[in-house]
Amino acid sequence: MSATDIPSGTAADTAAARDTGGAAISVQGVAKTYASGAGPVQALLPTDLEVKPGEFIVLLGPSGCGKTTLLRMLAGLHAPTEGTITIGDRPLFTSGDTEPKRDALGSLGFVFQQANLMPWRKVWANIALPLEVLRVPKHERRKRAADMAQMVGLGDFLGHYPKQLSGGMQQRVAIARALIHDPSILLMDEPFGALDAMTRDQMNVQLQDLWLETAKTIVLVTHSISEAVFLADRIVLLSQRPGRIQDVIEVDFPRPRPLSVANEPRFGEIVGSLRGALGGHA
Amino acid sequence: MTATRPLTDETTSPVTPRRGSGSRILWITTPLILIAFLGLWKLYTVVSGVGELILPPPEKVGIALVQLLGDASVWQATYVTLYETVVGFALAAVVGIALGIVLGRARTLERILSPFLVATQVVPKVAIVPLLLLWFGFGLASKIFMAAIIAFFVMMQNTILGIRSIDQGHRDLMRVIRAPWWKRVISLDIPSSLPYVLTGVELGIVFAITGAIVGEYLGGDQGLGAMATVMLSALRTDQLFAVVIIMTLLGFLLYAIVAGVRRYAIPWHESSGRATAL
Repeated sequence: MSATDIPSGTAADTAAARDTGGAAISVQGVAKTYASGAGPVQALLPTDLEVKPGEFIVLLGPSGCGKTTLLRMLAGLHAPTEGTITIGDRPLFTSGDTEPKRDALGSLGFVFQQANLMPWRKVWANIALPLEVLRVPKHERRKRAADMAQMVGLGDFLGHYPKQLSGGMQQRVAIARALIHDPSILLMDEPFGALDAMTRDQMNVQLQDLWLETAKTIVLVTHSISEAVFLADRIVLLSQRPGRIQDVIEVDFPRPRPLSVANEPRFGEIVGSLRGALGGHA
Repeated sequence: MTATRPLTDETTSPVTPRRGSGSRILWITTPLILIAFLGLWKLYTVVSGVGELILPPPEKVGIALVQLLGDASVWQATYVTLYETVVGFALAAVVGIALGIVLGRARTLERILSPFLVATQVVPKVAIVPLLLLWFGFGLASKIFMAAIIAFFVMMQNTILGIRSIDQGHRDLMRVIRAPWWKRVISLDIPSSLPYVLTGVELGIVFAITGAIVGEYLGGDQGLGAMATVMLSALRTDQLFAVVIIMTLLGFLLYAIVAGVRRYAIPWHESSGRATAL
């Protein structure tokens, strides 16, 4: 991903959106209870969270802490049992809603743990899928998909099928697809969890570059402590069942952070204290 | 992205698609195995001294085949069997796939109906041929229904499986991009279940020809099945073999057409270009 490949306008648009003030995402008293065979399970206790525009937030916690549940509620995939979620100035869920208000979802892009590419679509058509829903004409879809593929370093693979790509490349296609309609907010659910450590490091660096370049608001879920410390402006630490916010940690290493930031003593300190707070869960 | 970073191999190298020498080698192995088979057959007839009535030697069958192909009646019979098969198959495909879509979506309905659906399969269908003859007569209709009944279930079952196996991640994706229901059907449900449906269709066409021929064996005087019974009564085992070969070729032809459609319709799928269904 190089700076010259960025489609012009993208960064400026989001920067303008940034100046409107207020939170990018506002979570107020959101709780989630699942019905299960053994009675109701409290996945998330009432939680408040404000995400500032352009901020990189990482939700960190052990499995079963409700971090993915929280993220999926932000994407409208699950309804909160109580509380309200607001995206920008549009309500997504107000108390008691079981269906999301679709208007609020337009400014969101979502990257899943699995790339979830459609194997019958070539790379460009996978990237362009969200534009079909928005009824963008085909030639423009093609062009924007090509630009976006270029941005994630896959400009030469537009005509490939997903199965011809490696896991890291597939996940980059998924990121391109999540960004194609230029959402101001990117939600990522353990996007690199399925990749090997080397690829994962590379992807983290590239994600940071992309974030610096496009000024998106990013909320990323992970259970990797070092990934969280490397990427985040703020780490939201969630504790295990029932999930709740245990702590919020500011990480203020200057950007862009090189991978070698992990060698700094402060990095080790933060990782160590997080590991202690997680009680060896992660 | 202030600096252009070199991308690692891990993230940029495409996975080389597996395109084996597997299909080319078939052009050599298939004729060789066929020749070996005919050789063993010939050898057995010579060594064992088995009567021509029980097992005619391959060249006798060859001659009978050539003779038969020069006879208009065999073409007429082939046409009849083909017609029954195709019409029966088409009926089964329309009903089976439509029902499969409905049952694939409505889980409760499928659960309620499943004992009956299984029951229809457990009944030996050959046993209902006499009933079909009674209801639809000795003409083509009873054979068409026989072909349809045998081919129906596998196509329905595969369609149910196809609808069920739509990836939950893909469903979630369609929701986060706010796809309306028709977009989900066109861009997810249909392409995702197509490989399963086409597998069912591949099996269905083979089952349909079996159904039509069984129907012809048991009643009526038209088609390749009826012709085979005539050869048997006349104790012309060589001609009986020849008719079986014609049936096989007909089956191959129909299967090849369906497999070709599959290859064209889902080039992205692993199964394309391979006869995985059988």
